[in-house]
Amino acid sequence: MISLLQQYWPLLLEGFINTLIASMIALVFSLIIGSLMGMLQVTSNKIVSGLANAYVEFFRNIPLLIIVMFFYVVIPMYWVGISGFWAGTIGLTIYTSSFIADNVRAGILTVPKGQMEAGLSQGMKQMQIMRYVILPQAIRIVLPPLGNQFINLVKNSSILAMVAGLDLMYYGDFVAMETFNTLSTYVLVGLIYLVITLPLTYFTRKLEDKLGVHNN
Amino acid sequence: MKFMKRMAGRLILLMVALVLASCGQSAAEVDIAERIEEEETPVLTWGVKADTNLFGFYSIESGQIEGFDVDIAKALTDEMTDGEGEAEFVEVTSKTRIPLLKNGKIDGILATMTITEEREKEVDFSDSYFNGGQSLLVPEDSEIDGIEDLTENDTVLAIKGSNSTQTMRELAPQVEVLDLENYSEGFVALQSGQGDTLTTDNAILLGMIATNPGYRLAGANFTEEPYGVAINKGQEDFHEMLDEALDTIQGNGVYDEIYAHWFGDVLPADSPNSASTSTTGAADPEVDEEVESGGEE
Repeated sequence: MISLLQQYWPLLLEGFINTLIASMIALVFSLIIGSLMGMLQVTSNKIVSGLANAYVEFFRNIPLLIIVMFFYVVIPMYWVGISGFWAGTIGLTIYTSSFIADNVRAGILTVPKGQMEAGLSQGMKQMQIMRYVILPQAIRIVLPPLGNQFINLVKNSSILAMVAGLDLMYYGDFVAMETFNTLSTYVLVGLIYLVITLPLTYFTRKLEDKLGVHNN
Repeated sequence: MKFMKRMAGRLILLMVALVLASCGQSAAEVDIAERIEEEETPVLTWGVKADTNLFGFYSIESGQIEGFDVDIAKALTDEMTDGEGEAEFVEVTSKTRIPLLKNGKIDGILATMTITEEREKEVDFSDSYFNGGQSLLVPEDSEIDGIEDLTENDTVLAIKGSNSTQTMRELAPQVEVLDLENYSEGFVALQSGQGDTLTTDNAILLGMIATNPGYRLAGANFTEEPYGVAINKGQEDFHEMLDEALDTIQGNGVYDEIYAHWFGDVLPADSPNSASTSTTGAADPEVDEEVESGGEE
């Protein structure tokens, strides 16, 4: 395994960096899109919440591979070229955002409905109540499942290997096929994934402590 | 203990029986040439693929395996038995073909099988009947006309873990090679412009062209992997008959007709990357025309 690393470290490093970049981009954007969709799901406007629901249920319930292949194959065929890396990252963002939206929606719903009504009776606007009353409480509920989504996101980024996205798994496949040392290669690749996911776990725990998630 | 001993005894008996059964490869030891001479309607059994477009594939319409390999096998059977014999077909895969040949279930293999030194230790090969080799698939309007046209700006699509991706990296280190999961994904990636060309064995690329017009092979094969008919070792007479028959059909136009039937549209014999092993020079466009107009109307 050490010799694999010695021989192929440039490839694996490139894969590691690409996996890291793809994960970071997907994490940021899935958080933005997911939170937005989650909030839209619970608005009183039926059309808006219906659309947000449709988005979440659609992307949450189809395989990630199909979303990624759509961006890798179909969009370039009829519209604009997307490389494997970007197809994978976009697919990952959309897929993860639907799960995050569901977590956010559930978090918001745990805050008693009376608080929204109380806010309205005080003359606050709906957005204001969200911002100052509901979200601060909801985030403490949402954070632990969100941490899970981030970890899943990093691991799911291995989908890039399916569309030649030059990520860690792609080069892992390459090294395994070239050396026929399959077991050692995948163990090594697994350990490198841990280099990303373990710190991520650690930081979400820290954040949970800071926001007093465990003080309830 | 007694029971155990009895069981052990039975097990040993069973093993002996199995070993004996596997020793009795009588089928493989029968001289096929003799069989052809003696029997009234000799039946030759060929192992062909059933999943390879153009070469051997199961046709739902006719309920039979059809393809280039199948037709060549029929022609060889006719030639060797003076039209009296019958050809039967058994579906094989790359994994099962040599074991099936060795235990005598089939007399010969025509299953896109490349003649290699490694395999020649196990089986005997006839002369080549198809010039297989690695090639490039490009859209009809591509400017790539062979491996030498590839520059560092070109992206080549290949299949993960295949020999062809390694060969590509060795022969054209300047290009970017992207590995896809399987052939269908590789082809669809080419369709959507993820790469400039797709590389693998020409036989597989031809199968893609046959079902997806608008693509062509770019230039000649850049590796040589000729296909041969594999037969058991120790069948010297049959081997000789086979080579003679192959020689005859390659010379008398039968081979050309079969070749034109399967590859006329996708890879005419007069194209520079033809895989025909004909000895008549069917490259002659006139012959092609005759074959075409001679088709049933």
